[in-house]
Amino acid sequence: MLFRVYRYDPDKDAQPRMQEYNVQIEHTDRMLLDALVRIKEMDDSLSLRRSCREGVCGSDAMNINGKNGLACITKLVDLKEPVELRPLPGLPVIRDLIVDMTQFFKQYNSVKPYLINDDPAPETERLQSPKDREELDGLYECILCACCSTACPSFWWNPDKYVGPAGLLQAYRFIADSRDQATAARLDDLEDPYRLFRCHTIMNCTDVCPKGLNPALAIGKIKTMMVKRSV
Amino acid sequence: MSLTVRKYDAVVVGAGGAGLRAALQLSEAGLKTAVLSKVFPTRSHTVAAQGGVGAALGNMGEDNWLWHMYDTVKGSDWLGDQDAIEFLCREAPGAVVELEHYGMPFDRNDNGTIYQRPFGGHSMNFGERAVQRSCCAADRTGHAMLHTLYQRNIRARTQFFVEWMALDLIRDASGQVLGVTALEMETGEISILQARATIFATGGAGRIFWSTTNAFINTGDGLGMAARAGIPLEDMEFWQFHPTGVAGAGVLITEGVRGEGGYLLNKDGERFMERYAPNLKDLASRDVVARAMATEIKEGRGAGKDGDYVLLKLDHLGPEVIDKRLPGIREIAKKFADVDPVKDLIPVVPTVHYQMGGIPTNYFGEVVAPANGNPNSVVPGFYAAGECACASVHGANRLGTNSLTDLLVFGKASGDSVVRYLAANRGHKDLPKDAADLTLSRLARLDSQKGGENVSEVAKEMRRTMQAHCGVFRFPDMLVEGVKKIRAVADRATRTEIKDKSKVFNTARVEALEVDNLIEVARSTMVSAEARKESRGAHDRADFAKRDDVNWLKHTLWFKDGDRMEYKPVTLKPMTAESIEPKVRTY
Repeated sequence: MLFRVYRYDPDKDAQPRMQEYNVQIEHTDRMLLDALVRIKEMDDSLSLRRSCREGVCGSDAMNINGKNGLACITKLVDLKEPVELRPLPGLPVIRDLIVDMTQFFKQYNSVKPYLINDDPAPETERLQSPKDREELDGLYECILCACCSTACPSFWWNPDKYVGPAGLLQAYRFIADSRDQATAARLDDLEDPYRLFRCHTIMNCTDVCPKGLNPALAIGKIKTMMVKRSV
Repeated sequence: MSLTVRKYDAVVVGAGGAGLRAALQLSEAGLKTAVLSKVFPTRSHTVAAQGGVGAALGNMGEDNWLWHMYDTVKGSDWLGDQDAIEFLCREAPGAVVELEHYGMPFDRNDNGTIYQRPFGGHSMNFGERAVQRSCCAADRTGHAMLHTLYQRNIRARTQFFVEWMALDLIRDASGQVLGVTALEMETGEISILQARATIFATGGAGRIFWSTTNAFINTGDGLGMAARAGIPLEDMEFWQFHPTGVAGAGVLITEGVRGEGGYLLNKDGERFMERYAPNLKDLASRDVVARAMATEIKEGRGAGKDGDYVLLKLDHLGPEVIDKRLPGIREIAKKFADVDPVKDLIPVVPTVHYQMGGIPTNYFGEVVAPANGNPNSVVPGFYAAGECACASVHGANRLGTNSLTDLLVFGKASGDSVVRYLAANRGHKDLPKDAADLTLSRLARLDSQKGGENVSEVAKEMRRTMQAHCGVFRFPDMLVEGVKKIRAVADRATRTEIKDKSKVFNTARVEALEVDNLIEVARSTMVSAEARKESRGAHDRADFAKRDDVNWLKHTLWFKDGDRMEYKPVTLKPMTAESIEPKVRTY
């Protein structure tokens, strides 16, 4: 199977290049990551991140034939040859398929992604109805792989000012939590021409999410809450 | 060569559940703390835990931490230390409630309390019948827990060193631990992180086996570092084979499937666990279920064209239950087994999952080693928690859900111990002159190696050897042969060679350094297994088919130097509860 892989090592290369690999795929090789492991065995200089190999740790996000996804849950049989692999777009490349995610996590941190509840903690758990808990489904499952934010043109242009779909999904995860008391402050923080309103509902985020989540919907809900509280 | 030295009150190595929970104690106590992780914290392998965290909350009916303790002791096949197990089970409810307060999105009951599901080996009233004790967030409990703990650490402003790999432990002549050497992966720079206290929370090493549920990063780095620094490894012969790894892929299918009512079938459609464990059936301990499955396969009742797996049935639960309680499993089955569990059976095999042994600690999370006639002498400045540690709460076999309980309870305990220790011991000791010598010589050797061994070939040989010689069923001749083979692989591992010499994010170098750690774990496992002449928990020998409490109710200690073995007694006396005397183990 033929692969064309983005290569760049600042230690050696003046320019990035595409390198071809012809890989003998065995019957036990199911996912793209299996093929990348074989490439790594042929050429130990190819650098990529990977860990859980089951789509839950979020390490091996990359651009696969033009679309962001996770190598470990992308089936080889679904890929058109030559398979073109590039680092996630819009973030600085450290080396090969490894990008610098500092900006992405800065935006994640900026939404205060933790529960805020200043009441004295009770002896037992805080109660939450199954219905209130359901509000968190489709939000808490995010694996921070950055497929969505790096597929978003608004994030490409303003990664320092626009929170991006991953961060906004997390912002809504806490807004939607019946136990959280900081909704007003969270909305105040996002009431900004860039932080929230750079989202132009292009929907790339939802299209690429490897976990089937819908950041665009969560962003829409935040926008609705903004409108509601202003009338 | 002079290296950058960074000074901290405390260094935590590893940012999975145990490391993050420990770090939280340190940050909230105002200590200057550095947390090192090979991967961004939420990529640590805790993220893959599925079924739940065990705690006797009693939300679904009566429960009691004493029952949890009994189940854990019995699950451990009496090799667990009962003081540590009492501590685990008593602290568990508080640890879970605290996590809920941090924002953990647990599933809920109609009355708003945390939902709990049945799990293997967990019973009420000392083994009478199954109890619902596993607190869960669908089948993504580890993911929800790891993210919650990371988020809480953001709030506490914990300082993380992301994509830093610790390489060696620094000890002075007195044996005190003074920090670690570490590699910053992005730049290739080596530094010394000097610390008044060092906590290892580096996780397991399932990657020593060919077929494992473990992530690529689970390479036993903490165990390798400890072994090289002269610390023994405890009970390394005990490895848990999880009954339900997806056949071929190795990916985990939670025991929660059976907790929710799923069960195993052989090729004849027989629910075979009824024969092996008439009371708890499919919810017997994992070692019992894994052996039953392996027996079915060995005796020709496996399914598939090669008869090499059994089948997990859950279609009778209906799509509503599956989508609500087990959505991740449905996703995994579709992706990795091409079946949809709402209508199909999932092909499963016992797959290496968890390391019961590790760096010996007491229940304060302090690392202990033999000294001056005391087998449990505290190593000053050194702590360990989670899968890399051996307290020992899991003994010869861990109960499902107790790994997450372990990392919460002992993560916190080790953090608390460090806070106390640092309050009583002020100031940094001087680093020894040779603090980084071992690390620098290992790196120099690797960079200059010519005509050496291919890293992935050495790793493959190790994995094949462990899988063939140290599996679910163990045979004396295979173990003896296995020791020879693994020593030969260890010898090859001293001559690994990498082609890539770049400074920048050199993952070839990282993988070679990981093999240095893996091989110590593999060797300790094989040597300890060959030496233990009995069957207990996950260690099953054909030539010694029974548990032997007269000769073997004791912990193994393996030392890297010359594969030396020592043993130490099991603590049968709990903190306050009555001792649970060894008896025949049936489910």
